[in-house]
This record gives sequence, C-alpha cells and structure tokens, in this order.
Amino acid sequence: MADVITYREAVAEGIAREMRRDPAVVCLGEDIGEAGGVFKTTVGLRAEFGPERVWDTPISEQAIVGAAMGAAMTGMRPVAEIMFSDFLACCWDYLANEIPKVRYMTGGQVTVPLVVRTANGGGLGFGAQHSQATENWAFTVPGLKIAAPATPADVIGMMAAAIRSDDPVVFFEHKALLATKGAPPPPDHVVELGRAAVVRPGTDVTLVALASMVPLALKAADLLAGEGIEAEVVDLRCLVPLDVSTVLASLGRTSRLVTVEENPYQGGWGGTLVSLVADEGFALLDAPVRRVAGECVPLPFADALEERVIPTVDKVVAAVRDVAAY
Amino acid sequence: MDRAELLAAYEQMTLIRRTEKAAHDLFLQGLVKGTTHLAAGHEAIAVGASAALRPDDYVFATYRGHHHALARGATPEECLAELMSRATGLCRAKGGSMHLTKASTGMLGSYAIVGAHLPMAAGAAWSARLRGTEQIAVAFFGDGATNIGAFHETLNLAAVWKLPALFVCENNLYMEYTPIADVTAVARPAADRAPAYGIPGEVVDGNDVDAVHEAVARLAGRARAGDGPALLEAHTYRHFGHSRADPATYRPAEEVERWLKHDPLDLARGRLVGLGVPPETVAAADERASAVVREAVEAAKAAPPPDPDQALTDVWADGGAAWRT
Repeated sequence: MADVITYREAVAEGIAREMRRDPAVVCLGEDIGEAGGVFKTTVGLRAEFGPERVWDTPISEQAIVGAAMGAAMTGMRPVAEIMFSDFLACCWDYLANEIPKVRYMTGGQVTVPLVVRTANGGGLGFGAQHSQATENWAFTVPGLKIAAPATPADVIGMMAAAIRSDDPVVFFEHKALLATKGAPPPPDHVVELGRAAVVRPGTDVTLVALASMVPLALKAADLLAGEGIEAEVVDLRCLVPLDVSTVLASLGRTSRLVTVEENPYQGGWGGTLVSLVADEGFALLDAPVRRVAGECVPLPFADALEERVIPTVDKVVAAVRDVAAY
Repeated sequence: MDRAELLAAYEQMTLIRRTEKAAHDLFLQGLVKGTTHLAAGHEAIAVGASAALRPDDYVFATYRGHHHALARGATPEECLAELMSRATGLCRAKGGSMHLTKASTGMLGSYAIVGAHLPMAAGAAWSARLRGTEQIAVAFFGDGATNIGAFHETLNLAAVWKLPALFVCENNLYMEYTPIADVTAVARPAADRAPAYGIPGEVVDGNDVDAVHEAVARLAGRARAGDGPALLEAHTYRHFGHSRADPATYRPAEEVERWLKHDPLDLARGRLVGLGVPPETVAAADERASAVVREAVEAAKAAPPPDPDQALTDVWADGGAAWRT
C-alpha cells in the first residue's frame, strides 16, 4: 500500500477490506458500480467483487435503504449509499421509523446489521440542497449508531466497525475531507464505535469537534497556541454511542468547553453534549460553554455567504478567546 | 386444493375469524388499548397464500396483519397477549396490534407506515437470491399503498433486478375512509400498474381461498424459478371499519350486504360440502377453532404485564439501550 491514502480512497479501501473477509457484505447505491460513485468513493469495488456484490440502483432512495433493511434482516450485511446526505430526507421513513425501531418493536426478534453511507457537509458551494451537515437529523432518532470520521485511517477503522456492527450505522463521509491525506492504517484496523480521540492535548480549553470540524479546530488551536492559549481538541468520531466520558475527562484538565459543529445551532448535536456536561460535569467548568455551530439558515451558494453560515477558524478562535478570558 | 387442504384452510380461516372477533370483544371490554385494524373478511388471502408458500419463505405485512401472523404460525394466544399488553405477547408487548411479527417462521413484520415494507420485501428477495436459497419474499399491502412512492420504487427495482418477490394487494375498496376508486388513476389500483414495470399483474377473488392459493402458487413458482416478480390484486372486503375508530358508515348498505354474502368462510364451507365433506366434520373444525381461541383469551388474560424495565431493552443487538459511553 502507498505511504499515504486519501480519505476518498480510504472509503473504498475500508469497504473492500470488509468485503474480502465477509461474503455477506454487499453494496448498493446510485452510480456506485461501474462509475465508482459520484465522489469516487467506491472505485475498484465492482472490478474486484463483481456485479453480484456491488449493485447499481435507480434513483430510488426508499427502495435502496428499504431493500438494504430487508437484506440485513435476512442474513446479509448491506452497505447502502445515499449519494448526498441531504437525500436522506427522501428515505427518512427508513431512518426514522423502520430501521431503528424494528428490533425494538418486535421484542428483539430481528437484527438490522446495515450501514447507510452518505456524503455529508458543506464548504464546496453546492447550495442549499447538497451541502447540509445532517448528522443531527440522525441524532434525533434513538436506535441509530452514527459515525463521522475525520481522517483516512479512521474512515477505514470505523468502516470496519460499522460493517461488523450488528446494529444499523449511519456513516457520514465528509465531502470537504475527501481529498485529504493520511497514513494508511495496518491490516485489520478497527476503531470501535463510541471512542472519541484526543487529537491535540491542551490545558486551557476543550474543543469538541466532528468530521471536517476536527481539522478546523486543530487550525484554530495552532493559532491560539501563538497567543498562549493551549486548546485540547477532542475528535468525537461518533454521535451514537456518544463518548461523554472522554469529554468529561478533558474538561477535568481544561475546565472550559467550546463545541465546533457544522450542523445548525438549532437542534445541533452540541446541544445534547452540553446538556450532558451541565448534568454531569457542571462542577468541572470555570466558564460558560460556547457552541460554534452553523447559522440557522439554509446553506447559501456563494463562498462569502457560506463562510458566514458555517464555522470558520476565525469564529472558533474568537469563541475560545472569550471563554479563555472569562 | 384437495379436500384435506381445503378443510385445513377452512379451519385456519375460522381460527383467524374467531381471533379477530375476540380482539374486537376484548377491545370493547377495555382489555386492548390503542387501536386495532381487524382483518375479518381478508382471511382467504393470508391462508390461501400461506398454503402456497414454502415454510422458509418471507412474509411482510401491514398494520392490518393479524391474519398473516396467524397464517404463518403465530398462535392466537401470542397475538391476543400482545394486543392485551402481556409479557407473553408475540413481541413482548413492545409492538402491539400493528406490529405482529413472528421472525422464527419468516413472518418478518407488520409495518404501520403505508407501503414501507415493500422495499424490505424486495431486499429479502434480493438476499435470498444472493444466498442462493430459492426462497421468495411476499409483501401484502392494501389498495391505499399503491399510491405511495415506495410501491413504485420497489416494483421498478424488483423488476430490474428480477427479484424472487411477490406483491399481493388486498384491495378492500377503501383506503381508510375514502373509496380507492376516487383517488386512483386506474380501475385496478395494483394490477393496472404492473404493465408500467413490465411484470405480470393479475386479479383474483380474494375471498376464494382456493383461487388465491392457485394464483400465489403459480406466481411464486415463477418467481422462485428466476422469472421475476409479479403483482397480484386480491379483491376482498373488510367486515369492520378501517380501525377501531371507524364504524364505516361511508359504505353503502347494499355493498356491505353483497360482500357479506360473499364471505370467504361461507365460500369454503359450501365448497367443502360440495366435495362431500360431512357437515359434522366442518362443525368439528369450527369447534376446534373456537376452543383454541377461547383458551387463548383465558391464557392471555391470566398472563402478567411486562416488567417496566423491559422498556429499556432490545434497542441494540446486544439487548441493551445504551447510547453513550
């Protein structure tokens, strides 16, 4: 394997590793076969595994995710692609009412070991219907596991965990990270779902971030270090299971919290995280909590407008300065 | 169906009818909460189809699904206990009337979002094909489901992938409270859509258990042989309203009377007598079904309620409900 791998290549590599070890893993989605995916995240899978394991579908999001559910209930481990996470709305019934509930409402009679992969997030100028960070949509529904890796190695390790999981996992691949590079992980690299990572140690403020917000938080932390503020950056990796323990442990060191969320402030995941900190870690805090999140408007098209809406390094730096000075 | 098969089908239909009547009565006694969507009148579709399927075939049903659970091996006691919120219920009292499921026999659920289970059935059929098991998957759905997107997405996908699936519409003439004809562009809401997807579409008398059996056996055989999916539209009529809340006053008296005279149990009984089955043999089947349901009611009444802590189980495959670490 090459010395570096892109996030984009890591998606296909992560799926391929699992398809090699488990014949029950099959893929379906729009343009994923011959075309290798519109984001080229499934390149090579059709050639290696053939049309009986990598299936091109019509533009039918309900049929894609519903069929994945039926296959998962009957012995397969399907990996379904929804091209843009905005399109999860087209099959929302399956994410909200069917997949997360069928095990529970049948008294545990069935399991649904499937992965719904989707390209998430903004920063690429795709406008209001192709740019949203929708991880908070999934976060409103008990019964879904939610993964959102920030690095190529995590893409592979978390894909392994997601596909091997006997529970349904919504797997958010961030569009703005697809071209980023990192070291390829060793064979059989598995990152257990629900384990956050402290990706930069610090003593003054904890920055909790997810997916593309992790490199953004790291950039902010570098700038802040020049001002003498040492920010600890926690990559949450998953929203469910939510690794509250790692966040609380970090607050034990820093006593200050800033969340960095791409999803809108309104209903964003940081609201739940902050409420847990208020419940269980209030005594750890020496300053009010700040959430840097998307503005509560649709995603606009122009760069200047989009940057006004989603978190930027400057916004994070400003929030941290406020909290640190409190 | 030969005499023995028809007699067995008759007894099973009677068992379903008695179970539905018991569910109705138990609701009126305050022992069933929420709502029920009773399938009295629809028995021949579940029983005729089930008799034509292999034991390992998959069945997906709707919130009007008691007859399918019973036809695929759930007992009246399990079903009534579920309706009565008992720990011994089919879904351990977590599902209720609209979600009867017996996964151990391939009855993979009753779904209460209209049309949602059609893609699942396609997926189960896809899975059967990938695993090379020659199983098929059958989705039963109401006429109302033929106007929802998932129906059309599924038929196209199933046709393109040539899946071993069968889609059976139980057309009881009303989508909830509205005549299906008033809100549908074609006369036969399921069968007339089949040509759009290049698959066979047939209509059958859904109150004639023998006719349903014949049609399902033929279309299932076709699907199993790799010739792809089909649509079967079974015409029937519900004896009760859409749900508990509905006295069904919108249905013309003449229409109700005509359909009640075309009752699936009466039809089968008449045919049994015509085949020379002694009336006392038929009466004995009636009595057996009544006894089973009577005992089921008593057993369900005597069963305990669920332990409240069970509410926090079964979210995840490990049996738990933890969402954080």
